[in-house]
Amino acid sequence: MKILKLFLIIIFIFPISSLKADNEILKNKITKNLRCLICQGQSVYDSDSEFANSLKIVVDNKINEGLSEKQIYSYFQGKYGEWILYDPMFNKNTYFLWLLPLLIFFIGGAIVFKNFKKTN
Amino acid sequence: MKNKLLPLSITFVFIIIFIIFFKGLQNTNIYTPETKTIYEVPSVSVKLFNSNEIVNTLEIFNSDKFYLLNIWSSWCVPCRQEHPILMELAKNDNINVIGINYKDTKKNAKSFLEELGNPYNKIIFDNKGTNSIEWGAYGVPESFLINKNKVIKKYIGPLTERSIEEIKLFIK
Repeated sequence: MKILKLFLIIIFIFPISSLKADNEILKNKITKNLRCLICQGQSVYDSDSEFANSLKIVVDNKINEGLSEKQIYSYFQGKYGEWILYDPMFNKNTYFLWLLPLLIFFIGGAIVFKNFKKTN
Repeated sequence: MKNKLLPLSITFVFIIIFIIFFKGLQNTNIYTPETKTIYEVPSVSVKLFNSNEIVNTLEIFNSDKFYLLNIWSSWCVPCRQEHPILMELAKNDNINVIGINYKDTKKNAKSFLEELGNPYNKIIFDNKGTNSIEWGAYGVPESFLINKNKVIKKYIGPLTERSIEEIKLFIK
């Protein structure tokens, strides 16, 4: 009987705690990508300011409401603008930033490939 | 022709990069938060300070009147400075002053209002600071001028005589 009780307890607790752990990981990931707007060079995750602490609670609430990571980012972007995100989203202001490394990579690859062919 | 194309394209790319960086040098690197953007009043459930009633924000800002939403706290020193200005503004019939009590205890907030007077028609109780985030606030004190369910102006930091003059121009 005791074993059965223990077994039931483990079964009930385990999925809840692992779910909570998942949420915690997601929360940390999101708060690390949010800039603490009133601090200098700190993310919301790193900061212990009033603003950052409130933001952490909001992120927690939004995760519990079932919002995805992307939805949470766009929620904060709507409230505070693009500046709150450390990782800028792909839009007309940032496409150059995202595409330039790729472009350089392909041009470089083409040059290497051409030279390689020549020597062969 | 082929030999010329490579150095030419490399120079071209470098010139473009140079122009972009050179232009970037002239941009200011000091970030100033946007204060002019007009946005809708967020629709969220909030707890009222006096009655503990849960209401939707849209019910608070429902008329066509002007509203000044002021985020304050008893522990915030600049709030103390701007309080006489708010008391003065509350006398104006064209505007409703609404407060958000930010990360405060009821006891301290009540004694703050007893000491300096209560300019607020309604006070939203925000002990976790999450309601203020819905408004896009940075901290205390901060004020939002609202008309027809839209935030039309945002004042970060304590209100001054100059900002009051500006608000009066809006509500005339």
